[in-house]
Amino acid sequence: MLLVIEQFLNGLQFGLLLFLLAAGLTLVFGIMDFVNLAHGSLYMMGAYFAATFVAWTGNFILGALLALGATLLLGIVLEFVALRHLYNRDHLDHVLATFGLILFFNDAVRLIWGPAGLALPLPPWLTVPFQIMPGVYYPAYRLAIIGVALVVALLLYFVVMRTRIGMLIRAGASNREMIGALGINIKLLYTLVFGLGAALAGLAGLMQAPILTVQIGMGENILILAFVIIVIGGIGSIRGAFLAAIFVGMIDTLGRAFLPDLLRQVLSSTAASTAAPALSSMLIYLLMAIVLVVRPEGLFPAGRR
Amino acid sequence: MSASLNTRTIIVALVVAGLLLLPVYTTLSGNVFGLTVFTRIIIYALAAASLNLIMGYGGMMSFGHAAYLGIGGYAVGILAHEGIGSGFIQWPVALVASALFALVIGALSLRTRGVYFIMITLAFAQMAYYVASGLARYGGDDGLTIYKRSDFGGLIDLSNRVQFYYLCLFCLLGGIYLIWRIVNSRFGMVVQGLRSNERRMQAIGFPVNRYRLVCFVISGTICGLAGALLANNTDFVSPAAMYWTRSGDLMVMVILGGMGSLFGPVLGTIAFLLLEEALSQFTEYWALVMGPMLLLIVLFARGGIDGMLGRPRRG
Repeated sequence: MLLVIEQFLNGLQFGLLLFLLAAGLTLVFGIMDFVNLAHGSLYMMGAYFAATFVAWTGNFILGALLALGATLLLGIVLEFVALRHLYNRDHLDHVLATFGLILFFNDAVRLIWGPAGLALPLPPWLTVPFQIMPGVYYPAYRLAIIGVALVVALLLYFVVMRTRIGMLIRAGASNREMIGALGINIKLLYTLVFGLGAALAGLAGLMQAPILTVQIGMGENILILAFVIIVIGGIGSIRGAFLAAIFVGMIDTLGRAFLPDLLRQVLSSTAASTAAPALSSMLIYLLMAIVLVVRPEGLFPAGRR
Repeated sequence: MSASLNTRTIIVALVVAGLLLLPVYTTLSGNVFGLTVFTRIIIYALAAASLNLIMGYGGMMSFGHAAYLGIGGYAVGILAHEGIGSGFIQWPVALVASALFALVIGALSLRTRGVYFIMITLAFAQMAYYVASGLARYGGDDGLTIYKRSDFGGLIDLSNRVQFYYLCLFCLLGGIYLIWRIVNSRFGMVVQGLRSNERRMQAIGFPVNRYRLVCFVISGTICGLAGALLANNTDFVSPAAMYWTRSGDLMVMVILGGMGSLFGPVLGTIAFLLLEEALSQFTEYWALVMGPMLLLIVLFARGGIDGMLGRPRRG
């Protein structure tokens, strides 16, 4: 029972982290119609910036904030220099150009930080186990991730649905010529949205960094997961991304935790231990395939146009 | 127009002649390395040409094409591991396995369009990647070493570099001839018509998805052949052969060369792999140059190499 609660919370934490990544992706995709494969690179840069700034300032929170700012800036520069010229191209050009960016970022990181991974140590006050129920302890840092991600999700919802800038973003998504004709600086708006997406990816990266090591290519596997999430959730839908992210996080975590034991009931022990890791990695892709076959537009299609 | 067309024809003829004569040069000069590099290039060119069939002519943007490289390779590797060394068994199995995989994922993926199609093909290829990683008996993550290349009796000796090179070149030219015949057939016209205007083709009465699926399966089968060649070339097959970045590489080769042009993928593959080779001789951080170069190509050189040689880009 204890294990179930713990794995359940782990699934929630992973799902929320995936949401941060997927939210940026789906915003950029839904609003600018831009496929950004380099989103995972921004996630990686967030983690590397955090490791550097935390070591430099000696303060976890300050370092994290600096890293967040740095990723935001990087996203804005990237959009301004290269990506804004690609908006009116087809998706294939986006894929190719951002694939080039992935190559670039991976080698740039290797050049600057070296091929070995970095560690991001946690401050002592975040490493203590936290008692969530009588007798049930859970790492404080993972709880903090859940808290921060939930706050950011709420904030994002508030900004997009309840503020003027959010209204402009949504208007830009449904008709970009019209909102330009109304005198709104659509280019600036797009740059801001891209920067916001980059910052969200950076936040996910720097929060994940203390749990895993900071390494080259860390953004690639999780990027594919984020794409799976926005496809399941329906491209452009924040709500869909949220639900799909939680769902995928749960399946991934619970599958890894409990599938080996489940398989052992029906298969021989050796067969189960070889089949289980592959099967639990496949589960998510299987889920996506099923969703796409049944509902090709995703579970919660954003009612665009 | 006709002058630029001539430049293109001349360049393609020169490249083909160069590929045909390359072993003569390497044998005379003793430069074995060049032959190794170009064997690899030719195999990838075959894979890129097969991708071009669905991407350039069929308008189906598959982001999971490397899966067939792995399936073809694993068919050869697993049979060799189990003691079946005959190429007359290995290669047909590689082709049939690729075709079946293409049939299944094509039937599912073709229900979607656009970005969804890109993503679902990617997801299926990742699934194949994880299945291969889980094959503990055949090396799992570490991959499978092939101790003996496919045995074709007295017909051809794959361990002989020059013979293997010519076999690969034969497969490439044969593949391109096949694609040329397909593209100019009634079937190919229908598939190209689907790329331009699906709704109209449907209204005329063509069974849209059946045509697309057949094209998808043909492409996957050709790529499976490339996978069998690749496994023989490296004497090794591993899940990394179907990782999604490999699919990305294949897409880059096609687009770099020029989509929907017969020899474009060959030129694109030569350019991409030679550039990679040259840059990695020059610096360890070759992707630092390659990445921005891709970006610049997308921004400024639409239509790829073939487009630069004067072919007007299709609208």
